Amino acid sequence: MSKIVHVVEDIMSANDDVAAQNRAKLNGAGVLGINIMASPGSGKTSVILRTIAALKDELRLSVVEGDTAPVSIDADKVIAAGMTAVQINTGGNCHLDANMLRQALPELLLGQVDLLIVENVGNLICPAGFKLGTHFNVVIASVPEGDDKPYKYPNIYRGIDALILNKIDLLPYIDFDIDYFKRGVQLLNPNLIFFTLSCKTGEGLDAWVQWLKARVRAFQAHEDSRLHEWAHHHA
Amino acid sequence: MHELAITQNILRIANEHAARADAQRVTDLYLVIGQLSSIVDDSVQFYWDIISKGTLCEGATLHFERIPARLRCQQCGTEYGLEQELTTCPSCQSARAQVIQGEEFRLESIEVEGEGNRSKD
Ligand SMILES: Nc1nc2c(ncn2[C@@H]2O[C@H](COP(=O)(O)OP(=O)(O)OP(=O)(O)O)[C@@H](O)[C@H]2O)c(=O)[nH]1
Ligand SMILES: [Mg+2]
Ligand SMILES: [Zn+2]
Ligand SMILES: [Zn+2]
Repeated sequence: MSKIVHVVEDIMSANDDVAAQNRAKLNGAGVLGINIMASPGSGKTSVILRTIAALKDELRLSVVEGDTAPVSIDADKVIAAGMTAVQINTGGNCHLDANMLRQALPELLLGQVDLLIVENVGNLICPAGFKLGTHFNVVIASVPEGDDKPYKYPNIYRGIDALILNKIDLLPYIDFDIDYFKRGVQLLNPNLIFFTLSCKTGEGLDAWVQWLKARVRAFQAHEDSRLHEWAHHHA
Repeated sequence: MHELAITQNILRIANEHAARADAQRVTDLYLVIGQLSSIVDDSVQFYWDIISKGTLCEGATLHFERIPARLRCQQCGTEYGLEQELTTCPSCQSARAQVIQGEEFRLESIEVEGEGNRSKD
């Protein structure tokens, strides 16, 4: 005798549940988390180092570095820049998942952090499917990758909050049609915030840094008002 | 996307529901997958045959229902499908569109055999 059992369960639900726990942990500690996704070599670590340099006197930053191989090259650079970094070695896995971040969180002194930046594994496909629980998802594209990437890897551009186009110093040397690129991105994610910058020359970095700083301040103000409300209710 | 991790999720969810229903064996799984969920059916099937061995799901058939993507133009409200490439709105050529269908990614139901006489909750 056979029968149908209704399941109706999202296949990513286990990951999404852990992501929600991570989010709650970050919220509880007043830490804004951002997840940086990109293909290998697009400039994730470069953007993080530039961001640290710009914000280190104003915000307390911490970085989680996801790498498939047990090399701490990126984490070492962050530490050399004077920040705390935790390395997650995914053991060959091509993306971070919520559980990997959950395991890394206790290694960070979240009480002493304002902004947590997660550098995901260099990959334009997998990370899109695995939420981590961070507040913002950011993709970094770069000029040498070509202007057709939104059309070929649509999923990574959807469900993100900000997009950085890095290495604009190379525009004179590469056929990269920014309008074509932008049109694809807009089709996928019309409300996205778009930054163009160069980690080499520093051009355009300020807009990104100011945006990020404003997000942290808004988040903290919101948290403060919530705490305030809480204290009020429990007085 | 990472098909092995995903296939493991499917197996875990199916086995949980089968055990809860007191099933002896799962014969079929019905998956609903949107066009925009980049999942390769063949690859899921490949992992499935390996990792379902020795579980309630061993030998079960995977059925994939593909849901086409649909967009709604944020400018004029026209709804349209995604052919192969990303396209602008067919009515007003606006590039601002919102995905209204095609992101589904769920296990809808399973078919099981040999249910015990314990009443279903
Ligand atoms: N010309 C130019 N080169 C850049 C720029 N940003 C980064 N690079 C170079 O691009 C290479 C890769 O940069 P990374 O920051 O290591 O890239 P990543 O995305 O962290 O790389 P993985 O972690 O290995 O995936 C390095 O050689 C950088 O110096 C830029 O704006 N312009
Ligand atoms: Mg890096
Ligand atoms: Zn992966
Ligand atoms: Zn329209």
